[in-house]
Amino acid sequence: MLVPILKQGDYLIASIQSSLADADLIRLRDQLVEQVGRYRSRGVIVDVTVLDVMDSFAVRTLSTLAQMIMLRGAETVIVGVQPDVAFAMVQLGLTLDNVKTALDLEEGLLYLNSRAKRGRSGAG
Amino acid sequence: MTSREKRTSGERTTDVLSELVAHLRHNRTILREEWVRRITESRLLTTMTKEEIFAEATSVFDNYVEVLETGSVEALQAYARNLSERIIPRGVDTPEVLGIVLLLRDVLARSLFEKYQGDFALLNRVLDAYEPAANRIATTVAVGFVQERERVIRQQQEAIRELSTPVLQVRERLLILPIIGVVDSERARQLTEQLLRGVRSNRAKVVVMDITGVPSVDATVANHLVQTVEASRLLGATVIVTGLSPEIAQTLVTIGVDLTKMNTVGDLQGGIEEAELLLGYKVMRLTESAASEASN
Repeated sequence: MLVPILKQGDYLIASIQSSLADADLIRLRDQLVEQVGRYRSRGVIVDVTVLDVMDSFAVRTLSTLAQMIMLRGAETVIVGVQPDVAFAMVQLGLTLDNVKTALDLEEGLLYLNSRAKRGRSGAG
Repeated sequence: MTSREKRTSGERTTDVLSELVAHLRHNRTILREEWVRRITESRLLTTMTKEEIFAEATSVFDNYVEVLETGSVEALQAYARNLSERIIPRGVDTPEVLGIVLLLRDVLARSLFEKYQGDFALLNRVLDAYEPAANRIATTVAVGFVQERERVIRQQQEAIRELSTPVLQVRERLLILPIIGVVDSERARQLTEQLLRGVRSNRAKVVVMDITGVPSVDATVANHLVQTVEASRLLGATVIVTGLSPEIAQTLVTIGVDLTKMNTVGDLQGGIEEAELLLGYKVMRLTESAASEASN
């Protein structure tokens, strides 16, 4: 299952459409890490709204994805985690500690925009 | 045993039973009074007045005799349920109910001993008829009482569960979750689920979780709280925990729960102020805002 990656201004949006196999996740990660440099993006949003299961592999992949994106000079936001999924994740100890999360795509974009504004005003 | 013998023995039991019932009916007043005297003496049903005990005793006695006569416990079951409904709210305990039923059994048995003391064989037959019926009655009443109690307990647990975890919106995108009472694993799970659903449906960004009403916290509960905070963060909401008492703070530090992920503020007011700050609100008095407008 291919995950479409949309370029939206300074950001890349990966909108997961159905449940993913491990290989698909790895491919998504590699593509994002590659494209974030190519498009000189400042933020990456991964929308997981449709996922009703997040296993340890998925969480670890998202976590490493965020670290890699950070090393490439951008920030990652995971959006749309379902309440039940969130509850199951913390019970398994999978808390995505070093990754920013937001309620949905709108919130994720708002967060990245506010970061951009702060960064600009800080620089200026 | 041949069928004829069986029938005669059956008939004899019926005869004995009807004689027994007649005896109990005949001595109704004396036996009732004796029973009530024994109840008072044993200090049972202390929450009820003497008149009430007497009235209930009369009904129980009549039901009792009826069961002996008809062998059907249905009426008694209904009565026992009704009685339990009336006396449970007044704090009557299971041992008390069992106690009074066994007392009645005792009172009646003694009166039978007295009546048939001359004829040992007849007494034996009377007891053969009386004992199983009396046991059945005692079981029926006790089971009815316990079932009623359990029903009440279930109902109350349900009510507590529904009451105990409101998720309230105090401002756009700001929820408060006041937790009152003991938190166990089951409740913590429910609480977290309700909060997460609230975060999603209200699109909350900040949640103030107030634990002023939680009497004590142990390692398990603390872990539950940490889980709630982490799960909310996965939905993009920040949780501020308020109202940690000195005792709870001491316990948490002593048992070494990792609370670095927790954002804590002293009291609910402080928590809401902090949350407003995070959301970019500034709250001021009308007079102040008028003054600042005037100066502009």
